[in-house]
Amino acid sequence: MANNTYDAIVIGSGISGGWAAKELTEKGLKVIMLERGRDIEHVKGYVNANKDPWDFPHRGGRTQQMINDYPVLKRDYPLNETNLDYWVKDSECPYTEVKRFDWFRGYHVGGRSLMWGRQSYRMSDFDMNANAKEGVGVDWPIRYNELSPWYDYAEKFAGISGSKEGLEHLPDGQFLPPMDMNCVEKDVAARIKDHFKGTRHMFIGRTANLTQEHNGRTKCQFRNKCWLGCPFGAYFSTQSSTLPAARATGNLTLRPFSIVTKIIYDKDTKKAKGVEILDAETNKTYEYFAKIVFVNASALNSAWVLMNSATDVWEGGLGSSSGSLGQNLMDHHLGVGASGVMEGYEDKYYYGRRANGIYIPRYRNLYNDKRDYLRGFGYQGSASRQGWNRDIAELTIGADFKDALTEPGQWTMGMGGFGEILPYAENKVTLDKTKKDKWGLPVLAIDCELKENELKMRKDMQNDAKEMLEAAGAKNVRSWDGDGTPGRGIHEMGTARMGRDPKTSVLNGFNQVWDAKNVFVTDGACMTSASCVNPSLTYMALTARAADFAVKELKKGNL
Amino acid sequence: MDRRELLKMIALVTGGAVIGGEVFLSGCKNTPDKVAAGVFTAEDITWLDEVAETILPRTSTPGAKDAKVGQFMTVMVKDCYPEADQNIFREGMQQLDEASEKAYSDSFLKVTPAQRVELLTKLDKESKEYQKKKSENDNEAKKKDKNAKASPNHYFTMMKQLTLLGFFSSKEGATQALRYKAVPGEYNGCIDYKKGDKAWAT
Repeated sequence: MANNTYDAIVIGSGISGGWAAKELTEKGLKVIMLERGRDIEHVKGYVNANKDPWDFPHRGGRTQQMINDYPVLKRDYPLNETNLDYWVKDSECPYTEVKRFDWFRGYHVGGRSLMWGRQSYRMSDFDMNANAKEGVGVDWPIRYNELSPWYDYAEKFAGISGSKEGLEHLPDGQFLPPMDMNCVEKDVAARIKDHFKGTRHMFIGRTANLTQEHNGRTKCQFRNKCWLGCPFGAYFSTQSSTLPAARATGNLTLRPFSIVTKIIYDKDTKKAKGVEILDAETNKTYEYFAKIVFVNASALNSAWVLMNSATDVWEGGLGSSSGSLGQNLMDHHLGVGASGVMEGYEDKYYYGRRANGIYIPRYRNLYNDKRDYLRGFGYQGSASRQGWNRDIAELTIGADFKDALTEPGQWTMGMGGFGEILPYAENKVTLDKTKKDKWGLPVLAIDCELKENELKMRKDMQNDAKEMLEAAGAKNVRSWDGDGTPGRGIHEMGTARMGRDPKTSVLNGFNQVWDAKNVFVTDGACMTSASCVNPSLTYMALTARAADFAVKELKKGNL
Repeated sequence: MDRRELLKMIALVTGGAVIGGEVFLSGCKNTPDKVAAGVFTAEDITWLDEVAETILPRTSTPGAKDAKVGQFMTVMVKDCYPEADQNIFREGMQQLDEASEKAYSDSFLKVTPAQRVELLTKLDKESKEYQKKKSENDNEAKKKDKNAKASPNHYFTMMKQLTLLGFFSSKEGATQALRYKAVPGEYNGCIDYKKGDKAWAT
């Protein structure tokens, strides 16, 4: 029993779990980090990272076998030959789609920190005030000034490159030097600024890719192969950043193949005692005990762990007393934007593959702008010259055709929107006990859809993209509204929200479960609203803040 | 590839969707229980090499045959094409030979290089017109019924697409016909370009 006891348990090893492990171990706690999937060792485990395009038999594409084996993953770009092993095998881990929800998961050490898009933005008080101001959901229990120092802290460690823009609605941070925009992007940015008289801004994306050596990590080599795992450790991931830091303390135990099935609740102390796990390889059950439990299993699975921890005190699961556990599921809706041709610039090109694009932060419903929907959206995009897979109408086959294709084509510029989804109680996950996964565990039923506010917003997202590109001089601008199915943003949030009132929220302002104060949830589940910015940096900041609070409370004897 | 790369692909003004891939945006509804036997012989590969070489011949840089594009095509058709497209491709190989017989009284492998170019140029035009009409018809059908099945692709469109993909993503194509740098080391968003400079492979 004794060697199953730690100071703290961290459930999950993705972006927020890695941060929890780092912070808690650095503060002297003995920590066990439980990961349901296999280990992927930094560098050594990135088996495809140094392959060239021709090393892949289908050149990165998807086979019919893959399409059969991955009925969910195939719905979007993640199904591909180059990092197939980083994605969950759908057949082993089914879920129930009450309405279609594309759930793209990574079950291994590092979780989706290995495959994430690395865009890193701060939320602002426009985001954190919005729910209260508009009477939507519940009020965030904290404000930007409480989070700001923790954003500083997270950015300084993770290494975020970007430019300072002085915007109140997208606060600046502790940035490494920004990456370059290319010639066309620079001109487009200037024209958008002119045309919209400084109310819309376009600049280089803020990304967790290092532009200089940082904390012993090598800078980005501009291969644009991040999602295969970086042998240079040049982008933030659990493997490159938080895991080595946690290990350096000597206080960390990492246990892969550990599916946490429930948090063990002690009715007498009204706290968690520990967790029960199922070994994913042997199917044996083990218990681990600790004074603190951090739940970082990703938004939907953190809700699953809490729900599956039902007791006769709370039949709906640990943290379910308010009734909001599992509700208010949010994502960012995308798949809408525009692209066009930028004539000229034939004497300009670029060197290197920049794993980053441009960012246009939200401008709708800010300051003097008022729309017939709430909140807003940002855009990401880029300009580039066309390659060999373009159409050359005047040529058919043969030597001239081949020679033409060996030169770059016209410049094109495209942008796609990331829109905020409001929290709705009826967008939710529940336990589906009629269906079991590979390990005989009940699965999640997901019931989530875009509603009127999001659908109205999408019209602006499509039209504005076209309008801005045309204002920037683009020709043949085509806009699209493709597929906004929830889940495709891969930004699941909200299923155990923070709030001010235990009657309407699962967590308090320090991510503490109201019903069990030594349990903390600091991944996407905790989000009270979604904002429209990529959320991972906020999870890092919230996790570091909650860990600091937890250790102080522990020392005071309050946990 | 990540989201940004996806956007780039959409931004490209291409002649149509990538056949068999369902790679971008659309979910694949075509999941046959059994994949057709799709076995190709060494003769088939030689034949496909010659078609590919006619599309992308060796010039001052390597051609499709140097990059073993025939072999690549068979792998892609066998592994990545749905059964229906596999059949179109196989039958297309015959149809192409028949077209050659009809025009030059001999099979594709036996006609002169000039006749090969003439034949494939004609087929290229034919397939482009076909795909254009197909896309219009499919769009019309989709307007009436969201789940309407797409009509078949032209076999030559398949052969040309696979030739381009196979060649330009091969070592020969990427490093000699195009420019490839495995580890660029830095990014410069604005460098001078002069006509004749090669495009980046990736």
